Amino acid sequence: MTVYLLRRILQSLMVLLAMSVIVFVGVYAIGDPVEILISPDADQMERERAIAALGLDLPLWQQYLVFLQNALRGDLGRSFVFNEPALQLILNRMPATLELAFGAMFLSVLIGLPLGLYAGLKPESIGSRVIMAGSILGFSLPTFWVGLMLIMVFAVQLGWLPSSGRGETVQILGLHWSFLTANGWSHLAMPAFNLALFKISLVIRLTRSGVREAMLMDYVKFARAKGLSPARVTFVHVFKNILIPVVTVVGLELGSTIAFSVVTETVFAWPGMGKLIIDSINVLDRPVIVAYLMVIVLMFITINLIVDILYSVLDPRVRLESKA
Amino acid sequence: MSTTLEVRNLRTHFFTRAGVVKAVDGVSFTVGRGQVLGLVGESGSGKTVTGFSIIGLVDPPGRVVEGEILFHGRNLATANEEELRHLRGNRIAMIFQDPMMTLNPVLRVDTQMIETVLAHEKVSREEARQRSRDALGMVGIPSPDERLKSYPHQFSGGMRQRVAIAIALLHRPELIIADEPTTALDVTIQGQILAEVQKLAATTGTSLIWITHDLSVVAGLADEIAVMYAGRIVEGGEVGAVLDAPMHPYTVGLIGSVPSRNRRGEPLRQIPGMTPSLLKLPAGCAFRSRCPRADEACLVEPDLLELRPGRRARCFHPHLEGVGA
Repeated sequence: MTVYLLRRILQSLMVLLAMSVIVFVGVYAIGDPVEILISPDADQMERERAIAALGLDLPLWQQYLVFLQNALRGDLGRSFVFNEPALQLILNRMPATLELAFGAMFLSVLIGLPLGLYAGLKPESIGSRVIMAGSILGFSLPTFWVGLMLIMVFAVQLGWLPSSGRGETVQILGLHWSFLTANGWSHLAMPAFNLALFKISLVIRLTRSGVREAMLMDYVKFARAKGLSPARVTFVHVFKNILIPVVTVVGLELGSTIAFSVVTETVFAWPGMGKLIIDSINVLDRPVIVAYLMVIVLMFITINLIVDILYSVLDPRVRLESKA
Repeated sequence: MSTTLEVRNLRTHFFTRAGVVKAVDGVSFTVGRGQVLGLVGESGSGKTVTGFSIIGLVDPPGRVVEGEILFHGRNLATANEEELRHLRGNRIAMIFQDPMMTLNPVLRVDTQMIETVLAHEKVSREEARQRSRDALGMVGIPSPDERLKSYPHQFSGGMRQRVAIAIALLHRPELIIADEPTTALDVTIQGQILAEVQKLAATTGTSLIWITHDLSVVAGLADEIAVMYAGRIVEGGEVGAVLDAPMHPYTVGLIGSVPSRNRRGEPLRQIPGMTPSLLKLPAGCAFRSRCPRADEACLVEPDLLELRPGRRARCFHPHLEGVGA
């Protein structure tokens, strides 16, 4: 296990390094931030001073080495725009995004698993057909449109839920969280559901196919031949087997939910990281982009590692050592 | 000798989109207390479906459409699910073909055994564990205490089948339906398991329905044999008599298909043709198209008749030469 973990951490560092090179070169190729950041009527002297101050006068490889040197000390650079440490900027916005993403994942499991289980156990019933048709909608309707419709119905017409922002927050460990207040919950509900819709459909389909497959397995028939109650067969024998794919996919999706909550955050004016990265790309604020992607990659790596470990807990046949 | 199970005119059909598949079509047999019935036939002859019909585990689109399954006189064909559930694993147990697939891969052996005990008896978990351990010991699994904590994948195929048998034995059932339980195993392991089962049946008075396509297994284990073809029993009787002098041409072909040292150098014998599709069974004898003795008479379905004392066959042209009168 220890060897396995060390190996994984080493791999992760390599991924981080490769990623930073790609992003650095990529952002450099898109355009010159100088054109956007420095006002056009600045004279040549001011321009050059500003460029030197941002460290943009050096050749790209030297800029990268400077970045790398600082990164090793935990400094991912200062935002060109805000003139604040990029990492600080991102971490300040992170709780909002995490809250949204975890809320969405929680909803997708809470709603998706029971519906998928029902659809898998009674595939021919009308209820299952409705669920499956609904899941196709969940897959295919664009997130931003669903978000707008939600706002129109629940915020504008019914007036039940607020349409934007985070509401009241409570400060814990220096970070602001809105899931601890009732008002915060009411703000979180719609964006989380909006973001969850696609995942709910995914979990429904995954669970349903898993259940249908498991129901045909000999071990289910054997469990029934042992005289177990249908509830025990479903919730112990079938359920534990379908949890394996569900945990894997939900875990991997968590990363993408965090990374791509951009649309939902924009629609609901949710002050998270997604909003920040879109703004930063617009003004080519390279330190923020690089730092954001570093954070996201680190998150993916961590989540994958956790999924792998969970996997070995759920499925006794998987032993982590053997893979290392 | 008292009768444990009597099956009368059992018909289990599958209602598929392509038509009605008559997987079991009028099967009758009896199993006495402590007796072993060998149910023999090719793949698709309806042996397994017969087994599942008895314990009420035929999945849709299949359904028992006709017949009686009398277990100590109680008709299981009309019993409700709750009643069947109390019988399953308790008084009637089943062992499956592939030991690699019958145990749930993500649950420990003790979980899978204890739940079986608790499904039918209100005992403490500790007692259920002890009973599970004793059952594992009984089927010859060394250090059962440790093995209880293992997962199925930590066992070999033969050991897994022993675990499955131990689970079947937990409630000392009156009837065990064994669906090709040794087919997937090595010959040596098969021998050990057969000996084990035979011993258990003899000591506990458990009746057995042993479903197999392996005639040598039946020869060593069964008291009675019933040969199935296309959903029907075509020949039945005492195992030695049937194997020594088979009457139905299909049984003759089946026995002839077993490779023998005495016919070394000759091409291996086989039954020509294939099992007919159960969707479109021709009228008359289902074996007609593959039978060397078939003629116009076989266009009508023959009945299963007692042609000699204790010997039943479903044929107009049975082999009677070697059979005593």
